[in-house]
Amino acid sequence: MIRESPERPSAGVRKAPSRFLEKSGNMLVSLFTNPYNVISLVSLVLLAYLIVVPVGEMVRTSFTWQPKDARLVETAVPGAFTAYHWVQMLSSEVSRAMLWEPLLNSLAVALWVSAISLVIGGLMAWVTTRTDLPGRKFFAFCVLVPYMLPSWYKALAWIAVFKNERIGGYPGFLNAIFGWSPPDWLSYGFLPIVITLSIHYYAFAYLLISSALSSIGGDLEEMGEIAGASRFTILRKITFPLVLPAILSSFILTFSRAIGTFGVPAFLGLKVNYYTISTMLFASVRNRQTVQAYILSIVLIFLAVLTVYMNQKMIGKRKSYTTIGGKGTRKNLVKLGKWTNPILSALILFIVVAVIFPVVILLLQSFLERDGIYKPDNLTLHYWIGESTRLIGEGEPGIFRNGAMWRALGTTMKLVLVSSVIATFVGLILGYVISRGRKKLSGRVIEQVSFLPYLIPSIAFGAIYLSMFSRPHFFIPVLYGTLAILILISVVKYLPFSVRAGTSNMMQIGSELEEAAMIEGASFARRFFRIVMPLAGKGFVSGFILIFISAMKELDLVVLLMTPATSTLTALTYSYADSGFHQFSDAVITVIVAIIMVVYVLAGKIGKVDMSKGLGG
Amino acid sequence: MSRIEISKVNKYYGDVHVLKDLDLVVEDGDFMTLLGPSGCGKTTTLRVIAGLEAPQRGTLSIGGVKAADGEVNFNMPPAKRGVNLVFQSYALWPHMTVFENVAFGLVIKKMAKAKITEKVTGALGRLHIQEFAERYPSELSGGQQQRVAIARSIVSEPRVLLLDEPLSNLDAKLRIEMRSELKRLHQELKTTVVYVTHDQVEALTMSTKIAVFFEGRLVQVDTPKGLYGNPVELRVADFIGNPKINFVECCCSTDGDALVTDSVLGRMVLDRAAARNARFPPMGVEPVACGVSSVLAIRPEHVHIGRVRTPGAVPCRIYSALPAGSETLIQAAVNGDMIMAKVIGQEEFGQDESAWLSVQTDKLNVYDKASGRIALGALS
Repeated sequence: MIRESPERPSAGVRKAPSRFLEKSGNMLVSLFTNPYNVISLVSLVLLAYLIVVPVGEMVRTSFTWQPKDARLVETAVPGAFTAYHWVQMLSSEVSRAMLWEPLLNSLAVALWVSAISLVIGGLMAWVTTRTDLPGRKFFAFCVLVPYMLPSWYKALAWIAVFKNERIGGYPGFLNAIFGWSPPDWLSYGFLPIVITLSIHYYAFAYLLISSALSSIGGDLEEMGEIAGASRFTILRKITFPLVLPAILSSFILTFSRAIGTFGVPAFLGLKVNYYTISTMLFASVRNRQTVQAYILSIVLIFLAVLTVYMNQKMIGKRKSYTTIGGKGTRKNLVKLGKWTNPILSALILFIVVAVIFPVVILLLQSFLERDGIYKPDNLTLHYWIGESTRLIGEGEPGIFRNGAMWRALGTTMKLVLVSSVIATFVGLILGYVISRGRKKLSGRVIEQVSFLPYLIPSIAFGAIYLSMFSRPHFFIPVLYGTLAILILISVVKYLPFSVRAGTSNMMQIGSELEEAAMIEGASFARRFFRIVMPLAGKGFVSGFILIFISAMKELDLVVLLMTPATSTLTALTYSYADSGFHQFSDAVITVIVAIIMVVYVLAGKIGKVDMSKGLGG
Repeated sequence: MSRIEISKVNKYYGDVHVLKDLDLVVEDGDFMTLLGPSGCGKTTTLRVIAGLEAPQRGTLSIGGVKAADGEVNFNMPPAKRGVNLVFQSYALWPHMTVFENVAFGLVIKKMAKAKITEKVTGALGRLHIQEFAERYPSELSGGQQQRVAIARSIVSEPRVLLLDEPLSNLDAKLRIEMRSELKRLHQELKTTVVYVTHDQVEALTMSTKIAVFFEGRLVQVDTPKGLYGNPVELRVADFIGNPKINFVECCCSTDGDALVTDSVLGRMVLDRAAARNARFPPMGVEPVACGVSSVLAIRPEHVHIGRVRTPGAVPCRIYSALPAGSETLIQAAVNGDMIMAKVIGQEEFGQDESAWLSVQTDKLNVYDKASGRIALGALS
């Protein structure tokens, strides 16, 4: 037994004041010199300022009388509390058109998209992981391509094919070739929105379910076989319950993304006044109805939070299985037999329709001098390289001679490169704090807060930053109209992904590698840059590429924030399409797609990039 | 009756020939261990017996009933064979409780509820895990999960129990505990057990018979004692035993009924009449003086090191002495060769001390160097 020495308490009493001072002094010094604490503190402050404060401000504004309200309502006192805006939004003559109808549309679209995506993605996951289909690896690559492209890319292709006479202007492909004008419900609105979004978002279901299927050890199913269960019983009682969490997750994930998406409903819905919450939000901002836009943003955030909460609730802890793959897990692949050819054809057909056809039709359209006339003498390179002429497109020159295009390309490349480098780097630093602080409160808080942007749909996020940075805010000057705000919002919006990638990266680097350097006397910065960073290199590259691709195709996030001077390629596409210059928008988006595909293929060559980590937008 | 008879079984995965003309008989009630380095085909053999893999050629019968015939593409479904299996990973279904896991097979067989409860409780009791019946596998420790997997495999009272490296994921202490548990189960249930492992101590302590595999071929089937005393090939001798057996190259010649070996250990004269499977000279070549090069295999416990010169002893220099409580391992250099000796008790030797080394000649095995086959086996 070791006992405290008898003189120690008395010594403590006598020297109490100085010892106390010394102790607290030491604690303060270590608090502010320990790099871990400094980084945690700085990250927490920044995260709070960039994520929590804006949302809070938005909620506060929605409950405050605005200066312009004084013109409409006599009792309004600008700056004072009021529930007026909420009452207006929830129950007044405008609330049906402003809120309820768009809400119902959003819900219907999101539900259908989730259900269809689940069926398509689930079937593809099963076919590519559990059957003996020839060329499974090739298909596993191909079925992810639609997800690499912007979701509204498919909407543009849809319009090019199904455009009918009602809207006026040039005829769509079907109308031009077969002389058949498709009915409205096929050209615009609910059905095309659901179809094009499903062709995009099935990737979530595919990625989640296929990784769940391949993580189930074959031994779990073999054990059922030994117990005498039939193939169907094994599927029903063993395989299905094990992938159920993945099925639920992918449903919820798709739902929470689809409900806030902007591009597709904007291209396919606005022309026939089919509004979703996100397009209504966009329209409100355009009409300077800021508070209404805030309330719509809050509704969107609320819906996203609700779905994620339900996901947590339903799946819970116990039911998320990670099975230890045993050694004897040679997968028993289902022999497709006579089903091989039908399934193969269906897959190829799907890829042709969802991947190849949109590319071809938009490319073809970009070569048509007069839109909608599919004849050889109507082909032109004008929209690509033509000089400005009064006869075509109000004097717009071809995109490669077009200042707006080159500016947008420059802006996009700067934005995408800078924000993906910063986001990946920030992800590594926060990942470092989280992985080293797993047991500390700070680590867990940072982990939770950095996940928050995930719950804020992109368009709502844009609205928040629009309000926050269009005037000076604390020490930050007006950012609206600069590239900086686009970079800032991209970095913050992609935090959940970069931090997740950074954390898993850091988890693999044992802290003892760092401790060994600490014993050698290396400073924190030296340890971080000489030991942690080099080891994190590979994860850095794959995280960077995922964010690069997401940022490259991003429209929802930046559409509210860009000005003509800071227009990105995606925004340029949107404004061309919006003004009816389809050949120009086709040409620009083809450039975007080309850049994405080059990066995707290069990424595949450089190293393994796990796309399932990039379930972005 | 559950005699397993495997004859001329061949198994390919694509172009890889995993099992090569395998012949093996497991007698009723045997505890047969399939032993070998990883990738030697032992797990595949087990999976063929279980019915999870169909052999391309050869036949398998269990209890006199044909269970698989590669020639006619016949493969009886696993559930019909009266076998059960414990996977290395345990393969417990994570979404079912312990009770549901163990009861699954009985439910599939549509057994009455009361009967199921009785049987499952019995199996859980036998493995001392009744109190975990309502837990999920993820809430159990590795050792407890292991017991659940075993309970699940015995609840259906299989004629043959197959175990695929069941103890390899446990820590050393639990492993010893489970070894005796399994040995007791085997004796209580009187089933035939086929057990796969790469751990030779497990094999030697638990089995009634051991089958050693190398590269898809069955090399030796013997009792643990026979396998340890007379490995039929150099690589088996090398594989079995810890610390490793000593190999000393030698030249062999015959002198009447005696086999004469010359090596760094000096000249040794071995009595061929008293030895087991004395097949010297190999391949019918009558050696001259020092014609056929061979290998002496000597277990460390049959090497003696002392300070006093004894007849037949050769001088050696102590390289290192490693006392380990009940025994001491001594490494000694003899004319440039390193010989390991295991001495009971705590022998004290200084580094580089000179000593005398002798071997127990009646425990020696002699191998033909070219073929690696045993030429003269010691009486063990």
